[in-house]
Amino acid sequence: MDVPSRESVAPAAVRPQVGAWERLRASWSVRLGGGVLAVLVLVALAAPWLGTVDPTLFDAASRDLRPMETGEITTLDGDVLQHKFWMGSDSFGRDIYSRVVYGTRVSLLVGTASALVALAFGILFGLCAGYLRRLDGPFMRVMDGLMAIPPILLAIALVAIWRASLGTVVVAIAIPEIPRVARLVRSLVLTIREEPYVEAAVALGTPTPKIMFGHILPNTIAPLLVQGTYICAAAILVEAILSFLGVGLPPDIPTWGNIMAEGRVQFIAYPHNVFFPGVFLAVTVLAVNMLGDGLRDTLDPRMARRL
Amino acid sequence: MSVLDVRDLAVALPRGADRSAAVSRVSFTIARGEILCLVGESGSGKSVIAQSVMGLLPKNLPVTAGEILLDGEAILRAPGARLRKLRATRMSMIFQEPMTALNPVMRCGEQIDEVLREHTAKPAAERRARTLAILREVRLPDPERIANSYPHQLSGGQRQRIMIAMALVLEPALLIADEPTTALDVTTQAQILKLIQELQARHGTGVLFITHDFGVVAEIAHRVAVLRRGELVEIAPRDEVLAHPRHEYTRMLIAAVPSMAPHERPVDPAAPVILATHGLGKTYAAGGWLRRRAAVAAAVDVSLEVRRGQTLGIVGESGSGKSTVARCIVRLVEPSAGEIVLDGEDIAVQPARRLRSLRRRVQIVFQDPYRSLNPRRTVGEAVIEGPLNFGVPRDEALDRARRLFELVQLDPAALGRYPHEFSGGQRQRVSIARALAMEPELLIADEPVSALDVSVQAQVLRLLAEIRERLKLAMLFITHDLRVAAQVCDAVAVMSQGRVVEYGPAREVFANPQHEYTRQLFAAAPGRGWAFGS
Repeated sequence: MDVPSRESVAPAAVRPQVGAWERLRASWSVRLGGGVLAVLVLVALAAPWLGTVDPTLFDAASRDLRPMETGEITTLDGDVLQHKFWMGSDSFGRDIYSRVVYGTRVSLLVGTASALVALAFGILFGLCAGYLRRLDGPFMRVMDGLMAIPPILLAIALVAIWRASLGTVVVAIAIPEIPRVARLVRSLVLTIREEPYVEAAVALGTPTPKIMFGHILPNTIAPLLVQGTYICAAAILVEAILSFLGVGLPPDIPTWGNIMAEGRVQFIAYPHNVFFPGVFLAVTVLAVNMLGDGLRDTLDPRMARRL
Repeated sequence: MSVLDVRDLAVALPRGADRSAAVSRVSFTIARGEILCLVGESGSGKSVIAQSVMGLLPKNLPVTAGEILLDGEAILRAPGARLRKLRATRMSMIFQEPMTALNPVMRCGEQIDEVLREHTAKPAAERRARTLAILREVRLPDPERIANSYPHQLSGGQRQRIMIAMALVLEPALLIADEPTTALDVTTQAQILKLIQELQARHGTGVLFITHDFGVVAEIAHRVAVLRRGELVEIAPRDEVLAHPRHEYTRMLIAAVPSMAPHERPVDPAAPVILATHGLGKTYAAGGWLRRRAAVAAAVDVSLEVRRGQTLGIVGESGSGKSTVARCIVRLVEPSAGEIVLDGEDIAVQPARRLRSLRRRVQIVFQDPYRSLNPRRTVGEAVIEGPLNFGVPRDEALDRARRLFELVQLDPAALGRYPHEFSGGQRQRVSIARALAMEPELLIADEPVSALDVSVQAQVLRLLAEIRERLKLAMLFITHDLRVAAQVCDAVAVMSQGRVVEYGPAREVFANPQHEYTRQLFAAAPGRGWAFGS
């Protein structure tokens, strides 16, 4: 590296800094987890062109087909199509494959949106509690209160109060995660605020909001990114649980959770109704968690060495 | 036969480092009862050599060649079990940080006992007796009590004595001391150095003493080996190295050690007073929720004066309150008593909102160059941040930053780089530029060179002196290092336990210290018998 130096006597210490990006790419779990997720995102985006039909279409003639069987399906216009049911069909004669592929959209959307909402509010509360000492007590007690409520119950209650919609589900999943993010951010802020570069900024007359968001926040990003992936994985699971319990998204939006819920009654006779969405759910959560582990190991090497 | 014989040792560095080998073809021996000082700047490979001897090298630093003989036994490729047996019995090591080298949840006595239990078959009573005996030998008062204490109940110096006791309890032939006094205050350092000398003379231990401090070398070494970027450039008896260094690098290192004799510079006694404190005090009331804990007085009744174009040094050991005073003046902490008069205006009582004008006139440079710059911002952003806060247009601020980079002898083209691309000394220059960007009248330097290598330290000190001259700055210089104080300061205030115990022109304080504590401090300064830097 070409370090500009006019120090004639001491050789400029070239610090071997491999960029975070190179280290991420070298990480086995980031590559695998990220790769699987990328494929899932592509699947979600390209759902209409992947040999699917409208996931809400049903045909009484094609009920309970086994995987790879061919049957017919009636479109909304009344046309009857020959369709190969790669993952079989459910008891209404809907194509499981199409439902699972379209369900990917919902799962990824709910996961990402919940993580973003939880991070946004958690960061705000955590930053304020950690840096503005007067707010610390009140904010963190509220967070403690939130943590005392069982998350699934809270979600059920919220969905019951408002109507089941994508927004409600995201909010219901995100709220219980906010205190966890806030606590993490607060503890990071408490250490970073003592760093000399923060004191230097104070001495330079930098306004408090600028110190909080310009100096402190950027230095908390790495652990937050990791936390975000875990929230994302948890959110995907919770969404499936809510749908499975029948308090999630309405049945006309296919999600892995409600596909499994509807297949549950016939599980012994037609396990494919539960098996395929279950596999997608497991693979997705595993991929997100692997990505998170990889991020943690590369962005926080101290932690990696301890493990 | 020598205790330790290192032959042609070479250790590789991982790819992407600044050089290919951490240590290349280093050979030396240590005889029974001899202290060899391994001297070098950071990154010279001193600790790598110590770790290779102990068999503690991390996996990414493989030994590529050479041999290490301990009492004639080749240990470099010895199996792990054999090395474990040798550690503590034949060779042992003490570390820099006595705070973290001891297990915080084990009593000190148990930690020494563990060494005995692992390596001897003695019954418990005998081990206890040996533990108490070694504690007595390292001059710890009341060994019974110390043995039953947890590390956090002891001071840094006491902890380092425990480490030494642990290292020497089995009478090893070789003791490796890796900067054992660097984290200690100078008076404690003097005691520990004396202790190591005494014990090694009594037991005939060979000592590999690693240090960066030529003062310590002058105190303790029999022979000196100088390392530079993994290569041994010179090895000779102490007096020869200190008095007639042969290698150019050694000469440079020794010349960079500041002299204890205060500088001769005319001081204008009529220069205007920029900053004066009257009875400044800071008390930390550690009031808990449920109970009131005792208040801690960090600074008591501090009255000082800094004049334009002059440097006042605050000298003291850790916990003396010198940094607290600096922080009060910059109003990073709220003073609890007294006045801070800046240009005739008392700023101690100004509410936080009215501090903006203070921010412009008083700036601070911190000790740790690695933590005083935000790693996520370019150095250019750091330098222009202050002026931008005060409404200077961006272009003008950048212009100023470029001029300042030239002033602190950095390439203005480097403004777009991130802090990790700079060395410690360069970062400290950036911090100085950042402070100067505010065009302050008073610059506070809180141990600005303590974390730097001695050659870099000399450059930064020269730069600070130059800037003070050129910009007619008043400077408050905080340091624990008497040599640095002698070179930089026009007046000196010696602080101990929150109070100023001696205050006067540097020349008088150095020539004729009045207070008992000042005298102790001077007596403890390592290598004071040698005229460095002259």
